[in-house]
Amino acid sequence: MGDRLLFNAGKHVLVHPRSAPAIGRRRRIFDIGLTLAAFAILFVAMSQARAQTVELLNVSYDPTRELYRAVNAAFSAEWRKKNGSALSIRQSHGGSGAQARTVIDGLNADVVTLALAGDISAIAERAKLLPQNWQSRLPNNSSPYTSTIVFLVRKGNPKAIKDWADLARSGIGVVTPNPKTSGGARWNYLAAWAWADRNLKDEAKIRDYMSALLRNVPVFDTGARGALTSFAQRGIGDVFLSWENEAFLALDEFGPGKFDIVVPSLSILAEPPVALLDANVDRKGTRAVAEAYLEFLYTPAAQAIIARNHYRPRFPDAADPKDLAKFVKVDLVTIDDAFGGWAKAQKTHFADGGTFDTLYKPSR
Amino acid sequence: MSKMISASRSQPARNGSALRESNAVKALLIGTALTFLALFLFLPLVIVFMEALQRGLTTYLEAITEPDALSAMRLTLLVAAIVVPINVIVGIAGSWTIARFDFRGKNLLVSLIDLPFSVSPVIAGLIYVLLFGAQGYFGPWLREHGIEIIFALPGIVLATMFVTFPFVARELIPHMETLGSTDEEAALTLGASPWQTFFKITLPNVKWSLLYGVLLCNARAMGEFGAVAVVSGKIRGVTTTLPLQVEILYNEYMGTAAFAVASLLAFLALITLAAKTILEWHYAKEIAAMRHNS
Repeated sequence: MGDRLLFNAGKHVLVHPRSAPAIGRRRRIFDIGLTLAAFAILFVAMSQARAQTVELLNVSYDPTRELYRAVNAAFSAEWRKKNGSALSIRQSHGGSGAQARTVIDGLNADVVTLALAGDISAIAERAKLLPQNWQSRLPNNSSPYTSTIVFLVRKGNPKAIKDWADLARSGIGVVTPNPKTSGGARWNYLAAWAWADRNLKDEAKIRDYMSALLRNVPVFDTGARGALTSFAQRGIGDVFLSWENEAFLALDEFGPGKFDIVVPSLSILAEPPVALLDANVDRKGTRAVAEAYLEFLYTPAAQAIIARNHYRPRFPDAADPKDLAKFVKVDLVTIDDAFGGWAKAQKTHFADGGTFDTLYKPSR
Repeated sequence: MSKMISASRSQPARNGSALRESNAVKALLIGTALTFLALFLFLPLVIVFMEALQRGLTTYLEAITEPDALSAMRLTLLVAAIVVPINVIVGIAGSWTIARFDFRGKNLLVSLIDLPFSVSPVIAGLIYVLLFGAQGYFGPWLREHGIEIIFALPGIVLATMFVTFPFVARELIPHMETLGSTDEEAALTLGASPWQTFFKITLPNVKWSLLYGVLLCNARAMGEFGAVAVVSGKIRGVTTTLPLQVEILYNEYMGTAAFAVASLLAFLALITLAAKTILEWHYAKEIAAMRHNS
């Protein structure tokens, strides 16, 4: 400590030729400048290197990983045959809402393939990367495939869960993620509501049913994959409310001997939409390939891949009948018919003070 | 330590029972520490390798030579190779300034260096999204000029740099302060230039603390998840680092591949540890001398 005081008091420049520190300083500035220049060159080189190959970035949600791996392989092969140029399609996956946020914040996606129309509309509204009427630009509400909500139960269905009514029975553990954070969980919630609406009719009875169902949920995970892990690997609950494609995937993954799929009497039609981000493709010069990519999803080849990956194809004629056999016919309601569209459903049920907030009372 | 024990042994017999008790306590403490280490550090490490190899060596090799895993490995090493040298230069400059000079705002500078430790990595990532994201302060300008920062390498480097910044400086400051400045003053008085003084006196004096700082910084740079996850955009094969790749694989039910990639991370950590041990062993005398001097 004493040394330091002495040193500071001494001001070493006094015991030293004056010119040397000046040279040192100049050289240091030079060094810093050199480092900065090297980085500038590196960054520029990185962005240049990227621009040379034709690359398409598809920003998608969690359960489509397997689907788009197959679709991308097929489309790249077709593109190469037609145009002779190599194409590499990059994927990014995550929660649908989080992915939309990332695109709004500047992730350079050419196309988005998300779980909810609302998430793509958010991109149109906040970042203005595509027009507000995006959903009418492609056939079938811009959804080349659909899915629905089914029940995944333990092998042999020991608790005899057949329909939505059973989920509100006492002693049943229902596993579903939190509708506040998970897109899939909103579909689950609305599917239950749609069933109750049709079968119980009376508003008070619907609310009683929903709160009984929510009481049966032991834990709300934030996302679908986390909830599935709770159900499948940690053994929590008796029934897992799941996307149909995820339920089939779980059978593949954990073996057919562990779970059964139960299809309820009524469910909801989930239409995961796809869209091109005009501002991004025009800047990157990838409009032609991005358009071809989305149109490819509606072709017989892609529809067959879609059925094989457990999504319901829009044009089942093209699919392998064996893949279609697993899709049980079910009475499906749409968000637009039953709830007046996503914006309205979101406001009534999931916004602060919505039905979820009033009906869900955490047990204390 | 040995002096203390032999001193207490030569104490009168009435202290004997106390000594035996302290032996029991010693055994208990060592036992607890070892059990704890085995359970919480060693066992998980073993499990990582066991899970990774559970389907045989071929599957393991396939998992780690898969293109996305290789690109994650390359990105992780590249990020560390950029971040560590910058943090070393800035860390040395910062700690030297703090240890050698008194100036106004010095406490502020010390707090600033510590800031990344007290800020959650997620916030660290979000800061850069707010600054450089498309809706951020510089986003529109960067976009116009075709410069990608967020969701590309520069963003990952910035976020990692922020999180790992304090490691080098935090190791160096206390050491430099205890060393004092007599050696440097002597060199300067004898006519050495400031750069000579720095390279021949200051740096060799603190080289061991510097090495620890570099190792810690490197380990964290390669393992950082939270901050990088926010700015990565998770483009497979382009902006996923090893830790992100582990998460992706795990979420795809590819448990074995996830652990195989995790074992690569563990392996990098083990290499770091081995490098440190070898250096320490090789320079044992020098280290002892240094400790003695300070």
